[in-house]
Amino acid sequence: MDTYVLQIFNGLSVSSIFMLAALGLAITFGLMKVINMAHGEFIMIGAYATYLIQNLFSKYLPADWFDFYFIFAVPAAFLLAGIMGYILEYMVIRHLYGRALDSILATWGVSLVLQQLARSVFGAPNVDVRAPNILSGGLLFAGMNFPYKRLFIIALVIACFVGVYVLLYKSSYGRKIRAVMQNRAMAASLGINTRRIDAYTFAFGSGLAGIAGAALSLLGSIGPTLGTNYIVDTFMVVVLGGVGTLLGTIAGGFIIGMGNTTFEFLTDASLGRVIVFTLVILFLQWRPRGLFSMKSRALDED
Amino acid sequence: MNMKYKRMMKLKKSAALALSALFVASSLLTGCGSTQSAKGNSGESGGDTIKVGVLHSMSGTMAISEVSVKDAELMAIDEINAKGGVLGKKIEPVVEDGASDPAVFAEKAKKLLQQDKVATVFGCWTSASRKAVLPVFESLKGLLWYPVQYEGMEASPNICYTGAAPNQQIVPAVEWLLKNKGKKIFLIGSDYVFPRTANKIIKAELQAEGGELVGEEYTPMGHTDYSTIINKIKEAKPDVVFNTLNGDSNVAFFKQLKDSGISSKDLTTCSVSVAEEEVRGIGADNMAGHLVSWNYYQTTNTPENVEFVKNYKAKYGADRVTDDPIEAGYNAVYLWAAAVEKAGSTDVEKVREAMKGLTFKAPEGTVKIEGENQHLWKPVRIGEVQPDGSIKEIWSTSEAIRPDPFLKTYSWAEGLSN
Repeated sequence: MDTYVLQIFNGLSVSSIFMLAALGLAITFGLMKVINMAHGEFIMIGAYATYLIQNLFSKYLPADWFDFYFIFAVPAAFLLAGIMGYILEYMVIRHLYGRALDSILATWGVSLVLQQLARSVFGAPNVDVRAPNILSGGLLFAGMNFPYKRLFIIALVIACFVGVYVLLYKSSYGRKIRAVMQNRAMAASLGINTRRIDAYTFAFGSGLAGIAGAALSLLGSIGPTLGTNYIVDTFMVVVLGGVGTLLGTIAGGFIIGMGNTTFEFLTDASLGRVIVFTLVILFLQWRPRGLFSMKSRALDED
Repeated sequence: MNMKYKRMMKLKKSAALALSALFVASSLLTGCGSTQSAKGNSGESGGDTIKVGVLHSMSGTMAISEVSVKDAELMAIDEINAKGGVLGKKIEPVVEDGASDPAVFAEKAKKLLQQDKVATVFGCWTSASRKAVLPVFESLKGLLWYPVQYEGMEASPNICYTGAAPNQQIVPAVEWLLKNKGKKIFLIGSDYVFPRTANKIIKAELQAEGGELVGEEYTPMGHTDYSTIINKIKEAKPDVVFNTLNGDSNVAFFKQLKDSGISSKDLTTCSVSVAEEEVRGIGADNMAGHLVSWNYYQTTNTPENVEFVKNYKAKYGADRVTDDPIEAGYNAVYLWAAAVEKAGSTDVEKVREAMKGLTFKAPEGTVKIEGENQHLWKPVRIGEVQPDGSIKEIWSTSEAIRPDPFLKTYSWAEGLSN
């Protein structure tokens, strides 16, 4: 019994990681239609930002402050990845809107550059982030151990989704973003600075990837190729969920996370992934636009 | 119309600019390590230097491990050069990046042998990369020095294996675990040739020596979530988890094992692909108390090792560590140089003849090249990871063990080698 309860918790935890990693992509790919192959590298940047903040705290601040470094690491990861995203948008992406194939190639090149940059700055070996003491260990409940880190990540994911929801659907800025993404010409003619909206939205999506990187540093290693492990899964989450909807990203992350862990438990890790991939492909044959598709009256929808 | 056309052209131009800037930047960055040496005559005895190839991944997922082996090999070359080189000539390394891709390894091996005409090559890490360059070395009559422990079942005349054969690492470790830690074994590994072959050997050994297999799991390279496998381990209740995971996955596995409330006191794990360098990445506090099996540790107590560790840290920084493959790469250069001196030539055939039975006072203790299969006689050591990240030896063979890559001396291993 314990095994199954823990397995469901594992599924939830993996789902939450997928959702967090895909949330930024849901904005840059889902809303802006930019196929950003460097999305994984923004996750990597967020993880390294966490590493930097940790080093700052352990070097320059008293030891009992160390427990609080993660509170600063999350916004720092968001900011650093966001700034890098802004630069990327300015230098490369803005020339490539609406040219999917070119943007795949260019952003893939960017991802290689960023990986090599990380290798030059931080060295080739992986670095270690020590989790704050308050997050080590786990919650003992009915004889089962629920790691605090995983509970924390689930809470962080909920907070991020609430934040993004409020921004996109409850603020005037979000209304502008949605207007530009749905009908650029009309939005521009109503006086919205589409250029600025594009840049900020892309930076915001990249920043969210940075938060995912901060969270991932709690579970695994930080290395220059960290992001490549997540890029396929995150695209799968967004495509399965339905491009352009937040609810779709939640559902896609949940299904793929649960599917991965369940099939891994029943078979093994390699076969489990194959089964999930196959099921997703079959599902997309049946519903090419994913679980939740956004309805729009714009003429350029295909 | 005209304006639109102009705007499009402008867009295209700036996009092309951005793209080309990108490619220039990326080729600058990745190109740095590729060919560090272009001058010098051919590697043959004619010139005033002898060229050797150094072929490791300086980029990609294996860079984490291979860069430090490359550093150790270059250090050995520098040391030999400082003492006058070999045959009165300086050794000139030609460094190539295998980019963690077996196909690139094969291509670069061909380039080193045909274009640079190197006398020998030190390189590779994964079995996949070794298997990819093997036909190149055999057909072009080159000589490769391979510095990493591996799954055995191979003895190419064109490769000298300076890491452990299975009977010098995996087999004695399993024997020791069965005797001291318990009979129920859980196998976990990355899904490729080394873990699969190693586990085939372990399963045969378990059967012969009364062990019990309670689980066997493989995960794809780069797998990062081990919660499900840890759950399976909890259910199977093994005495020992034998770990052949490679690369980053180890970090995720050990971090998550600790988070789920399992410490080294509750469960013994023994790893064969985690050395001091990897412990740094995993975090010593996540791995303290867990076991590993190798032939060499940074703490190994020989005068040669004290010197080796001191020099390595002086050259590359006090925060760097040495470990088994680093030491094996270092040894390879010295063994090759000694064989060349003995043969009086860099000719591969003559060097191969000369290296049979050659000994070297290595940091791990005296090693000897076994003429029959070109592997090394090596001592076996089981170690325990300490809270400071070093590894303390807790058991070792009293002397060097003869390499037996095909496990011919074990009756239970019959039929494994084909």
